[in-house]
Amino acid sequence: MSVAEAPAARAVVRGSSSGARLREILFPAALLLCIGFAMLTLVVLLVDVAVDGIPVLSGEFITGFPSQIFPERSGIQSALVGTLLLMAVCAVFIVPVGTATAIYLEEYADNNRWWNRLIEVNIQNLAAVPSIVYGILGLAFLVRGPLELGRVVLAGALTLGLLVLPVVIIVGREAIRAVPSSIREGSMALGATQWQTIWKQVLPGALPGIATGVILALSRAIGETAPLIVVGAASFARFNPNDLTSDPFSALPIQILAWVQDPQDEFRALAAGAILVLLFLLLLMNAGAIYLRNRFEQKW
Amino acid sequence: MKQVTERPESSSEARSAAGAGPGPAGTQAHNGRTTGPGTAPAATGAATTKPSVDTPPVFEIEKLTVRYGGKLAVHDVSFDITEKRITALIGASGCGKSTFIRSLNRMNDLIPSATVEGSVRYHGQNLYASEVDAVQVRKRIGMVFQKPNPFPKSIYDNIAFGPRVLGMDGNMDEMVERALRRGALWDEVKDRLKTNAFGMSGGQQQRLCIARALATDPDVLLMDEPASALDPISTGHIEDLMFELKERYSIVIVTHNMQQAARVSDMTAFFTVVVDEASGHRHGEVVEYDETEKVFTNPSDERTEAYVTGRVG
Repeated sequence: MSVAEAPAARAVVRGSSSGARLREILFPAALLLCIGFAMLTLVVLLVDVAVDGIPVLSGEFITGFPSQIFPERSGIQSALVGTLLLMAVCAVFIVPVGTATAIYLEEYADNNRWWNRLIEVNIQNLAAVPSIVYGILGLAFLVRGPLELGRVVLAGALTLGLLVLPVVIIVGREAIRAVPSSIREGSMALGATQWQTIWKQVLPGALPGIATGVILALSRAIGETAPLIVVGAASFARFNPNDLTSDPFSALPIQILAWVQDPQDEFRALAAGAILVLLFLLLLMNAGAIYLRNRFEQKW
Repeated sequence: MKQVTERPESSSEARSAAGAGPGPAGTQAHNGRTTGPGTAPAATGAATTKPSVDTPPVFEIEKLTVRYGGKLAVHDVSFDITEKRITALIGASGCGKSTFIRSLNRMNDLIPSATVEGSVRYHGQNLYASEVDAVQVRKRIGMVFQKPNPFPKSIYDNIAFGPRVLGMDGNMDEMVERALRRGALWDEVKDRLKTNAFGMSGGQQQRLCIARALATDPDVLLMDEPASALDPISTGHIEDLMFELKERYSIVIVTHNMQQAARVSDMTAFFTVVVDEASGHRHGEVVEYDETEKVFTNPSDERTEAYVTGRVG
């Protein structure tokens, strides 16, 4: 082997230039920086809220009613109860309506018909409508207008339900579509009707996905403020709503907004405490969704 | 129900079989009954339609034509399927075998664009008569698919599903055991009936699907390439099972495996792809229907001979 040959042979395998190698390092570094920025913002936010909010967290804070005069005696009971009621009524509304719509669109609707395509496009668009528009809708048709429910839990819950219904429908459709058609064929070939096939094969298979969609929809609804302001949720409710259709109600985001706007630092600390409670509820629901998905998700 | 995507052949047929008019196809309208030149007189005409088999027909198929969205998929099929025999449907991909077998239990109804002409008489009753309910048809005519499709439930619940939705009376445990024994699966799974069927091997899953179809006491079993997704040992199990089952059931099987058709079947129908020269669209027709031995050793049509000897297809 001659001396002159060796460097040429080495050059073949040396490959990429130093510039290319630099790019190989810089690109993931830039990605990491972006993630870091997002995470840092979140951490700063959480730490800031926690520092302000943790001192006010106590049993009295949870059980007390809001006061406009005495921050130390103020609590979130009416707002918390209002939020829980809103979520419960909202779930009762969106589960059957959302699931039924998803079943219709996936199992029955013939896409060659223009009205089915129209429904589909509309649902996609509704998911992107600003929440305040739903608030105005709720005010016009539920609080006043034809239904005249008044400024009550039912009106707020239905408004939030309309707001998140597209999410439930879209996620529900995906869950139903994930059930393979071979399962439907197998069921029909045994002499099952379409109803039996949907009820006993498709829905059980899609249920974990549908439930996950409902929880994610509720965790969007729980933080919504604008539509509740429009339908007239109370900033300071000094008692819990006795029922869904007559008493005024409050909700955590509304309460937080009211306290944040207060010039006194003590009230702003209360807002931080209420934010922590809201975050806790949110994480609880998302954890539930993750659990459902991992525990019951069907691998086809 | 709109999403029936797993139709191995029919989707391509739907795309390719458009507009084949009566032109060249019309002249071959009775391919199922015609025989090539040089065939013995005994095998011509009606003798081919009703070969020398001693059992009565379970299906009498007359001028069956299936279209997908107006596009021809299977054209003018006429022959009788005999009771308690295994009838194999062979032919190249896209020749309409799957479409044809799915028209025997009205599974094509699940495809909104599918239209069926002609008649399929099942024990004398036209399945496509307006008063016949497709659900009732499928109760009597079981089906097994190409890919094993167990439900995501326990082995027990897979078998019990059919009897439950049909509201069958009787002891469910006994019905499940009987079906699993008929499916030659009982001894393998009797200790784990409550475990999920997805934990079984592919061959076991397919026998479960067969047992599931038998649980509703049909008298016909349609099998659409039941072994094409299985290894040779599992395929052997399925074939052994078919021999046992033909004592009680009429079996129609679609297969791409020539040896399998020759091994298991009593009767064989050969389908071929007909290309419309004007439009280039393809559809399927039956060229020959006869006893399996004759189809494989002394076919009357040269297209059959070319196919079974492996020269085409």
